[in-house]
Amino acid sequence: MSEFSFEDAGVKVGLEIHQQLNTNKKLFCNCPPIESDEYTKKFQRKLRAVKSELGEYDPAALFEKSKSKIISYYANSQSSCLVEEDEEPPHNLDKDAKNLALIIASSLKSNIFSEIYPMRKTVIDGSNTTGFQRTMLISQGGFIEVEGKKIGVQSICLEEDAAKLIGDQGSIREYSLDRLGVPLVEIALEPVEGKPSQIKKIALSLGKLLRSTKKVTRGIGSIRQDVNVSVKDGGAVVEVKGVQQLDQLEKIVEFEAKRQYGLIKIAEKLKKSKFEEITKDSVREITDDWKSCKSKIIQKALKDNSIIKVLKIPDFAGMFGYSPYEGIRLGKEIGQLVKFYGIGGVFHSDELPNYGIEEKDIEIVKNLLKINENDAFLIIAAPAVKIDLAIESIINRINFANKGVIAETRLATPNGDTVFLRPRPGASRMYPETDVPPIIVTKKELEVAEKNIPKSWDESLKELHEKYNLNFQLAEQVFDSKYIDLFEKISSKPQINPTFVASILCSSITNLERNGLNSKLLTNEEIEKTFEYLQNGKITKESIEIIFENIMEGKSNSLDEAIKNTSIETLDEAKLEEIIEKISNENKGIIENQKERAIGPLMGIAMKNLRGKASGEMINKLLLKNIKKILGN
Amino acid sequence: MPEYTGYRGTSLEFLKSNNLVVGDSVKITSDLTYSGIIMPRYEHQDDKHIVLKLNSGYNIGLDLDQISKVEKLSSSEKIRNIEQKIKKNPSLPNILLLSTGGTIASKVDYRTGAVTPILTAEELNSSVPELSKMANIDTEVLFSEYSENIMPDHWLQIANKLVEFADSKYSGIIIAHGTDTMHYTSSFLSFALAGYPIPVVLVGSQRSSDRASSDAALNLIGATRFLVECKTNGVYVVMHHDESDETISCHYGTRVRKNHTSKRSAFETIGDNPAYLIIDDKIQKNAKDDYFKTSEFTPKINLDARVALVKYYPGYRADLLEKIIDMDYRAIIFEGTGLGHIGKILYDNVKKAHEKGIFLGMTSQCIDGRVGMTVYESGRDLLNLGIVPLENMIPEVALVKAMWVLGNSDNPEEIKKIMLENISSEMSK
Repeated sequence: MSEFSFEDAGVKVGLEIHQQLNTNKKLFCNCPPIESDEYTKKFQRKLRAVKSELGEYDPAALFEKSKSKIISYYANSQSSCLVEEDEEPPHNLDKDAKNLALIIASSLKSNIFSEIYPMRKTVIDGSNTTGFQRTMLISQGGFIEVEGKKIGVQSICLEEDAAKLIGDQGSIREYSLDRLGVPLVEIALEPVEGKPSQIKKIALSLGKLLRSTKKVTRGIGSIRQDVNVSVKDGGAVVEVKGVQQLDQLEKIVEFEAKRQYGLIKIAEKLKKSKFEEITKDSVREITDDWKSCKSKIIQKALKDNSIIKVLKIPDFAGMFGYSPYEGIRLGKEIGQLVKFYGIGGVFHSDELPNYGIEEKDIEIVKNLLKINENDAFLIIAAPAVKIDLAIESIINRINFANKGVIAETRLATPNGDTVFLRPRPGASRMYPETDVPPIIVTKKELEVAEKNIPKSWDESLKELHEKYNLNFQLAEQVFDSKYIDLFEKISSKPQINPTFVASILCSSITNLERNGLNSKLLTNEEIEKTFEYLQNGKITKESIEIIFENIMEGKSNSLDEAIKNTSIETLDEAKLEEIIEKISNENKGIIENQKERAIGPLMGIAMKNLRGKASGEMINKLLLKNIKKILGN
Repeated sequence: MPEYTGYRGTSLEFLKSNNLVVGDSVKITSDLTYSGIIMPRYEHQDDKHIVLKLNSGYNIGLDLDQISKVEKLSSSEKIRNIEQKIKKNPSLPNILLLSTGGTIASKVDYRTGAVTPILTAEELNSSVPELSKMANIDTEVLFSEYSENIMPDHWLQIANKLVEFADSKYSGIIIAHGTDTMHYTSSFLSFALAGYPIPVVLVGSQRSSDRASSDAALNLIGATRFLVECKTNGVYVVMHHDESDETISCHYGTRVRKNHTSKRSAFETIGDNPAYLIIDDKIQKNAKDDYFKTSEFTPKINLDARVALVKYYPGYRADLLEKIIDMDYRAIIFEGTGLGHIGKILYDNVKKAHEKGIFLGMTSQCIDGRVGMTVYESGRDLLNLGIVPLENMIPEVALVKAMWVLGNSDNPEEIKKIMLENISSEMSK
């Protein structure tokens, strides 16, 4: 086993960013994208593989179909309609989403097509009720500048988001329709050579450019990135899906590059061996021959009426277990491959005897298939409907092993590895969307988009800094929040401290959110009104957080209600003086002991009673007055 | 694929002058360089673009004015259509699948960009491999028309075809049909082929068969299952029961109607449960009586299409009805309000029509329920004027029945008698 060197591998990484657009409706109907916590409708579908426009089947679609799952959909009429259920043709393309996509393409200097064709991209894992994702290529070319370097844009697409997977129990998959149809912009960048940390910078810059439009969705799941990874001499591009966080990116790219380089090493070794090719002829059923095998896995399979088969691979001994780098083995690759047919795994000759499979069981197999010490074999147990499909894909995989990297789609795991997901789909997965006519982009629309290109991130921050005297950190926080428009509105009023406004909007509300409260309950109108009340002296600075907490807890529906419920209306001065005097008199002991320093503990006591009802400044002033009075006596 | 589908004017000139046809692989230099296959264009579009399928599968329209260079890479790629021959199993029953068009047989049409019925019955059969495990299916294309283009002459064509197979090796017949007018066709077949010895099912789909979520496959599977196992005869419409790919409904061909524009479960039996439900390999029977009221097969494949269906509404003008009466119509089926009424304003015209010998039948625009013309005075007035209440016949079914009756009789008394005689469950008790 050798050390993997990232530099020598010639790794190229292409980023593909999917960003939800915040148009408040879906791409082909008017439903708002709301997350439901309950569903009022459930239905079931089965999807079938269909031929493409060119008369071919898409390999990824055939693969999915071979898993023959039933799909259950859960719907809520607030967030989906007959269009998402595939019970009604799509409505017209949403204009807002189209215009925003044009603005984004313009900001990336991408060449926009004057005729755009909505296409159906075959996806039959059930994540789309239709069996396809509606997608359209908006533009090609262009670039984004990252630290003075131009990173090329390959293509920009406008498409529908998929349904959310909410359960997968063997033969039934469950999806919710809330997210289905939400507009997404997909930006694919040119593959670049470089360290994963640079890739991360590119992703961040692109994310900022998108967020500068102020019309993209934020939060978990609203931006997703796929990466295409290839290595020098690997010959294939592998697409890795499901990279949730940028921090994960480095680990994933590194793992994937190592895996691909490992596969090349395996291929090199194989090329030197006598191994050529295997066919279905080297498969044999051994269900009856292994009746007395003591392995728990085999016994369970027999009990479930599964079939056990063995595959002989001549001149392949040692190849399943050969591990050019740690964790990279052909045996593991094949184990992952069969998992996607819902099969637990395989046993290969390089790891046996083990798992309760004994020497005598192996002897049976060896005799039946005339296996000698140069040959390898592989045991698989699976239900009759699946086993041949799985074996066929194993044979294909083994026959490809001397060629190196296979073009496929893989899934990022939480610990930074990648696992096989499905074959890489080809052009045959695209079909024209016959329900929607081609979309024309007029010169006028292009001009409007050009005019609406947002200022760059840095420029915007500089402006906020200069106009409101915010420090850069706060400027960035408020610019990147959903409150930027509200902030500018409130801060434009005289005698308001923009830094204070920004910190309430960005840190106070965020803190309350972190404590599990719901910021959606706090409307912009109520926030604005709160600052008005503050200006008029109706409430104090200190009470803002109490009010917001009350509203975000759902205890009050409005500012006025919250003031009543938390009884924090500002006290008039006479009443306040009365209370402070009472506190001072009750704590004479402290004052006499600590003299002027008694202000500290007394302030604590007073704030406990008066927080939100009077400003700290005022309380402090009155306390000092009383302390002096008592000491003066 | 024709060589220049959809291209005209400037774009057609462009293709010709560059020696290109649809299907050619090209490399086009415009603002950037694009490689792909030239695709057909839709008729309603301009002549200033060419459509290219990029290697990624996306189609795009390239502005001719911006193209600076075109390079042909390879010639027309044949759109592959591999015919799969299905092996027959002598122990299975035989089914005939007749295709007449509709969404069930549709895929993309390069003339308009929408879908068009061009799949053959053979293709339909081979796209649903489950069918060959239940039956040996022979296929035949009668014609390829959308529902709205199916005319009474097409009904005759279908009926005449079916007569050929009344006594044959087939256990049943499937007719793939567009959904919009499927219940008109099923009604005509029910009357013209009363007593037909083997079951006939009309099957359509609400999502075209070129999409993975098409309802066509399960509808065909359900239909085949029904034909093989039902042990009865009659004319039925077989479609999804609800939004799930689970239960298939089998409706009486004279009691069914399309009640939704787009849902899979658009078809409903009016006023009752579907005659049969097909769930996986089980068939649940709700029907209580025989479909045909005659046990003898007595084909009467004639019709006279001179029947008008008049939907009455507030504001309906007497002179419009007058025009119909003055034309050569031999019958008018009214779709009256409620229990079967039309406004006083039409009484004179109705009287005139009756005197002219035009058959006048009353159905209700409520669709569900029986007309009852003795409850209100206006109903009684209309009865006196010669309008015949048609029980709970669905208006469209009454229309088709009148066409059929008129095609078989000139005698007003006989026409009235047959209109009120239950032939094929078009009226319920």
